[in-house]
Amino acid sequence: MNPWLLEAILALIKIVVVVFGVILPLVMMLILAERRVSAFIQNRLGPNRVGWQGMLQPVADGLKFLFKEDVIPGHVDRFLYLIAPGIILFPAIMTFAVVPFGDQLTTYIGDTLVTIKFQIADLNVGVLYIVAIASLGVYGLVVGGYSSNNKYSMLGGLRSSAQMISYELPMGLAIISVVMMSGSLRLQDIVVDQYEVWNVFRQPLGFIIFLVASFAETNRLPFDLPEAEQELVGGYHTEYSSMKFASFFLAEYINMITASALIATLFFGGWHVPFGILEALNLPVLWEQIIQILSFSVKTLFFLFFFIWVRWTLPRFRYDQLMNLGWKTMVPLGLLNIVLTAIGIAIF
Amino acid sequence: MLQITLFYIFAILAVLGGIMVIVHRNPIYSALSLILTLFALAGEYVLLMAHFIAIVHIAVYAGAIMVLFLFVIMLLNIRIEERAPGAFRYMVYIGVPMAAILFLQLGYLAFQGFKEVYVQNTDVGTVERIGQALFSKYVLPFEITSILLVVAMVGAVYLSKRKLEIVE
Amino acid sequence: MQGIPISHFLILSAILFSLGVIGVTIRRNAIVIFMSIELMLNAVNLTFLAFSNYLNNVEGQIFVFMVMVVAAAEVAVGLAIIVAIFRLRETVHVDDIKLMKW
Repeated sequence: MNPWLLEAILALIKIVVVVFGVILPLVMMLILAERRVSAFIQNRLGPNRVGWQGMLQPVADGLKFLFKEDVIPGHVDRFLYLIAPGIILFPAIMTFAVVPFGDQLTTYIGDTLVTIKFQIADLNVGVLYIVAIASLGVYGLVVGGYSSNNKYSMLGGLRSSAQMISYELPMGLAIISVVMMSGSLRLQDIVVDQYEVWNVFRQPLGFIIFLVASFAETNRLPFDLPEAEQELVGGYHTEYSSMKFASFFLAEYINMITASALIATLFFGGWHVPFGILEALNLPVLWEQIIQILSFSVKTLFFLFFFIWVRWTLPRFRYDQLMNLGWKTMVPLGLLNIVLTAIGIAIF
Repeated sequence: MLQITLFYIFAILAVLGGIMVIVHRNPIYSALSLILTLFALAGEYVLLMAHFIAIVHIAVYAGAIMVLFLFVIMLLNIRIEERAPGAFRYMVYIGVPMAAILFLQLGYLAFQGFKEVYVQNTDVGTVERIGQALFSKYVLPFEITSILLVVAMVGAVYLSKRKLEIVE
Repeated sequence: MQGIPISHFLILSAILFSLGVIGVTIRRNAIVIFMSIELMLNAVNLTFLAFSNYLNNVEGQIFVFMVMVVAAAEVAVGLAIIVAIFRLRETVHVDDIKLMKW
């Protein structure tokens, strides 16, 4: 078969598997997990009636969203109001194109030797791609907030744009120190580089900065200023209903998954299995690959749990505190971290 | 074949976005159209084998500069630009012919001089090549840009902090 | 397999630059004028990259990099000026702020 065509078919299969086989089921799981974990933290039961222990609750929620009346208020900017939910989903899903789920597998399909990478696109500027796409996440919120023509939405949109710009900087600075360690912008190389020591032990400060910044970038508590219920009703999605509201919701959870996968990739060794367990077991190659993908999934799931856990533990920041933290604490710390990393590299 | 099709798709999107920027009366639509143009241009950069610049272009322009534009438009809450009073509306009759002449000149040069040259497959756009040039031959300009950025940042903070007053 | 002629990129760049010129001359809104300037800068960037590819020379890419830095600095200061003027005059229309002193 034509190798170019084979490559294209493989990429398509990977996209379909990742979007429909990984992201969407995971989002449904997360919606349930969020409600159950919050219930557990607040010492109550949570939804447990639909299906076994409430397993079918996300399906019921989805159906409810689908069959609700789709209201388009008269005072909105119609065109922008309609495209905003689409704009917000686009960057959320795009980031997954470069996340490495596992090592590569060399095998025969028919009688051609094919290398299957467990990654949709192995870009040599992968890290920059992530920074670029992450910075687009703000448009959905801004356009949604502006087009709703409502002061709560407008304030939510304004807050989100300021917040996202402010926290992209420390995020980028934390990523730079990781890139300095690995000497490559390719995510696969960054993962391979962490074979002996995970970046979280070499870059503890960078990890903390990245973690805080990713909370701010995903608009999760303690940084959910753009949709602060008590002050802004619903923030940028106040005027949205039905499936359009659901897509804002969906984007938030997809962003969470992206952030967790990135934390796992950049700081927790990606698909590496710790303590050399894999070498000790001496399994066939295919099983090794599966265990590596499982290892990556476990790390990602842990951080998803962490996101939920933090949400129901910490109170919300005030707006000026958020900006002070971003510009007066995180950015100098990020710069300090780069200097320390450079000194470390020069010495060792 | 695929490349030339992609070129035309991106070119049409870029020109459409550019026209929307200058004709739409609502500045937020202008800004969003400019974002469309910038994305189309990033596609053109990829076709020119400048992958690094394409990604940096999206991160800087779409990720930072245009968000700043949207932020200011929302902050000032400018909705529709009212039609120009007085002499200003005749600017169209000066501006458009001027731009048309400019385009004819530039387009003639481009068409005459570079008809038979084609995009080649090079590695000038890779991170390695740009990084090597930037940190050896061009290290002084590169360092000076950091000063420029600091000056711009201080200037922006100063301008927005100071209280302006009308002097009678 | 011929690839794309360089002239195509140059003509696209010329179109975008001319659009930017029209925008600067006919619009009254200072923010839109700013966007038109960005459009012109990007047209120039496209030309630089096309020539960089044609001459197989990395200087064009460096120049684009510098243009981006200048554009970022310019936008930061320019928008700050526009906000300052708006707070003073309640307008962003350039024909309302034509006096050098008030």
